[in-house]
Amino acid sequence: MLDAILLTLKLATLTTIILLLLGTPLAWWLARSRGLFKDIIATLVSMPLVLPPTVLGFYLLITLGPDSPLGQLLSSLFGGPLTFTFGGLVIGSVIFSLPFMVQPLRNTFESIGTRPLEVAATLRASPLDTFFSVVLPLSRHGLLTGSIMTFVHTLGEFGVVLMIGGNIPGETKVLSIAIYDYVESLEWAQAHLIAGGMLCFSFIVILAMTLLERNSRKGREL
Amino acid sequence: MNKAIQIRFQTPLEHFTLDVDISIPATGVTILFGPSGCGKTTLLRCIAGLHPAKHAHLRINNNSWQAEGVYLPAHQRRVGYVFQEPSLFPHLNVTRNLLFGQRRSYLPSQNQSHQRIDNKSPAHNDNKSPQRNANKSPLSLDEVSQLLGISHLLQRMPEHLSGGEKQRVAIGRALLSNPEILLMDEPLSALDYATKAEIIPYLEQLHARLSIPIIYVTHAISEVESLADHIVLLEKGKVTAQGPIKEMLLDLSAPLAHFTNAGSLLDAVVDHYDEEYDLTAFAVDGGTLTVPGNIGLPGAQKRIHLSASHISLSRTAASDSTIVNILPVTILEISPADKAQCNIRLQLGDHSQILARITRRSKDQLALQCGEQLFAQIKGVSLVKRLNSHAHPAPLGL
Repeated sequence: MLDAILLTLKLATLTTIILLLLGTPLAWWLARSRGLFKDIIATLVSMPLVLPPTVLGFYLLITLGPDSPLGQLLSSLFGGPLTFTFGGLVIGSVIFSLPFMVQPLRNTFESIGTRPLEVAATLRASPLDTFFSVVLPLSRHGLLTGSIMTFVHTLGEFGVVLMIGGNIPGETKVLSIAIYDYVESLEWAQAHLIAGGMLCFSFIVILAMTLLERNSRKGREL
Repeated sequence: MNKAIQIRFQTPLEHFTLDVDISIPATGVTILFGPSGCGKTTLLRCIAGLHPAKHAHLRINNNSWQAEGVYLPAHQRRVGYVFQEPSLFPHLNVTRNLLFGQRRSYLPSQNQSHQRIDNKSPAHNDNKSPQRNANKSPLSLDEVSQLLGISHLLQRMPEHLSGGEKQRVAIGRALLSNPEILLMDEPLSALDYATKAEIIPYLEQLHARLSIPIIYVTHAISEVESLADHIVLLEKGKVTAQGPIKEMLLDLSAPLAHFTNAGSLLDAVVDHYDEEYDLTAFAVDGGTLTVPGNIGLPGAQKRIHLSASHISLSRTAASDSTIVNILPVTILEISPADKAQCNIRLQLGDHSQILARITRRSKDQLALQCGEQLFAQIKGVSLVKRLNSHAHPAPLGL
């Protein structure tokens, strides 16, 4: 079981880090631009919210599989097919959790408005400088929300993992899969332990986030 | 006058086209004056590079910021911009807000780092040489905090400042970015009356002590009277009149003379203070004016505003009147102000002119003519508290 816990934490951490790096510029672009192309990208980013994870997992399986050109390319890069590996799992998680990172960040970026950017520009800050010295510090809240949502969401992912990761202990067998396994084999005590643990963990994390949000809002109103 | 700033913009706005072609002096305060929505803020944003203008030509002190094929992005233009709302960065304390622009304005590429080291020498504050002034060495954090009265706020976060304090910090932040020109977009309009009164003396100080030009947008005539050296009137994106403020106030064909609160400005020097009656006597060109209160030490230079409707005219110097300020004047020009009233431009002393507004009936009854010598009875003198820019002993470096 420890294997599954560690694997799950590793997956969630990696997914969160990758999404912070990918999602931040993407959310910034979505918040700052206009036009049909942006709307199309924004829609694609939101798709994992409504699609059954199995649909996503199915397409990922096809795309990453050894029969697709992309799968072949990746397979030559990583020295083997990504399906049913931890690497494949990370890719699936990143795509599946994308909206959970991008949406809160985009909202935060939009709420900052243009004025701080203009002020920074009149104070000789280049756009990149402004992004790091003004936008990101003002977006701490959105970055935190996005990261926590992504982390927690990745912990609970099942469908995508099952489709592209399977159930390989130490490689792709994460907690949600482990529960499924224990229930299948009627090991109720183990299933209880993990399910209860995840329930408590999610509860604590979301409560902490709510309290944090209230505090930071109070601070801003002073 | 040295016209060092050339501004030409032509760009479509929502309801009209901004079409401006002006040159303004390299020192002093130029006020962009006009009703809300006349394009004055947009013009300021064009200068700062925050609003992309299509056809533009902008030269500041022989540097082209914008022309055919030239567009300096906003962050490369050496402007100080004060927005209507203070817009301090909420995540930085006052000091770090103040230094935000300063840190970024001394890039080695701009070849100014040596000046910054200079600036730290204690001798800087005492430096009065005009040569130094011409070098435009930048202001230090200490100087700016003292000038704006924010030294005690340096460690605070913006959320713990009052509206007036925030705006003063915002002004300081703009000054510390070592600008070649200071742009102020209605910096007082978002503040209540008391806060405005708190900030105006600091603005007057700035005006007296900075040698860089200031372009100041407002629609409040009181700010024009206390701050302006030069005025540009805008209406629907077009310049309707421009010139030195004293001349513009006296130009009977220009819009300012038709305002209900039209008036004129006089330079005055404190002569003496009468303790018994609490009156200060000012020497002005052509006589003496007495104003209630102890206003300054003898020799202090002040600017005085004379409201046109507070001036009446008579053929004799009435000695039985309660009006204390009576000065001999000569009529230079008479022009109707509206249906009932007319404006009269008067020569006072050798070089000064003032504006009076009387009813057309009075004018006809007295059969007033140009060239006629009269006495102006001045009912109300309001002091525009500004220090005259020549009067200050030690202009700051900027």
